[in-house]
Amino acid sequence: MMKLILNLICVYLGTIGFGIIVNVPKRSLNASGIVGSLAWLVYYLYFISFGGYVGGSLLGTFTIGVLGMVAAHREKMPVIIFNTPALVPLVPGGQAYQVMRNLAQGNNEMAKFYLLQVVFIAGAIAAGFLIAELFNQLLYKFIKRMGKIKSN
Amino acid sequence: MKDISERDQLVIETCLLAGKIMIENGSEMSRVTDTIDRISKNAHVEQARSYVTLTGIIMSAGPKVGSQVIAIERRGFDLEKISVVNDYSRKYGAGLITLHQFYNRLKHINEHVKTFPFWMQVFGAALVSGPLEIVFRGNLIDFWITCLIGIVGYIAYYAIDKYLNVQFISEFIAALLIGIFSILSVWFNLGTNIDDIIIGSIMPLVPGVPITNAVRDVLSGNLVSGPARGIEALMSACALGIGVAVAIKLL
Repeated sequence: MMKLILNLICVYLGTIGFGIIVNVPKRSLNASGIVGSLAWLVYYLYFISFGGYVGGSLLGTFTIGVLGMVAAHREKMPVIIFNTPALVPLVPGGQAYQVMRNLAQGNNEMAKFYLLQVVFIAGAIAAGFLIAELFNQLLYKFIKRMGKIKSN
Repeated sequence: MKDISERDQLVIETCLLAGKIMIENGSEMSRVTDTIDRISKNAHVEQARSYVTLTGIIMSAGPKVGSQVIAIERRGFDLEKISVVNDYSRKYGAGLITLHQFYNRLKHINEHVKTFPFWMQVFGAALVSGPLEIVFRGNLIDFWITCLIGIVGYIAYYAIDKYLNVQFISEFIAALLIGIFSILSVWFNLGTNIDDIIIGSIMPLVPGVPITNAVRDVLSGNLVSGPARGIEALMSACALGIGVAVAIKLL
């Protein structure tokens, strides 16, 4: 439990740090940090209960997509401002590094193993965003329709 | 008649400039197309057509006005500028600013947008490297040295990028320095695990976001810009990887 809290704080800090590097507006730093931490929490919960990187990455990015949209509507800023920093804790940087390291040392088998992981995680992240976008559009249409019914 | 075509010309210029700023600072393609369409619609240029790619935008506004091209040579990340362009577009749509004001503000966007000071960016690099090392690897002992080497790598990247206009070389040298310093730090007993330190401190430079943007562009049907961005991201990933690999081989 202590470890989880420590990790959450670290994810929050890391997200904010990346936000500073890519120069997001100051008032959106906190929101993107929160989005990042929640998404990582979803990823982590999936990972400890079911195992496997791919599903966790997919659900994590789905969370980023949906929460990013909510934050964007609240703060009236583009979604990308919240999505970009929040994605950083889910990026398969460790695996990508292992690919290069094993290639440099001549362990082609291990390099292939990690390369496959990187490809699958990148695909899962993209799919997660896509599903989130779909979800957002459906939700938007639904809300619009509800508004129409109410005004009638 | 001349008045109308002059105004249309200004609309095109404004759209192109807005699109250029957005692509230069890391926006995805669908958002750029969306913004351009919205501006021209709000300006009542009904026949406006645009063709947006990662390296240039072409736009025309009907048969009477000449179409214009703008080239995009450099791409980086500055999300505040995207947000500001978005803001102006909204204001223009709501009728709060005129087209001339819109265009002038876009032209002087560098004076209006505040970037974080350099020490703050360095602090951000430290925040990305150290904490993410803990998240990925759970190695508490190497936290401080990872922060430090992350800072070194980011400063090297920033300094070289300023004087040399080839992004891949600055990434390569930064990764090389990160690798060398990580190995040295373990030799001198400042750190315990080379892998953990390198993974953490390379995080500020990793092109994870461009790769995801590339896949998103492809999935949304942008078959020209998506692969182009993918190549760009792959090149920087290779530059980083080769830098680290050379450091491991050398020492």
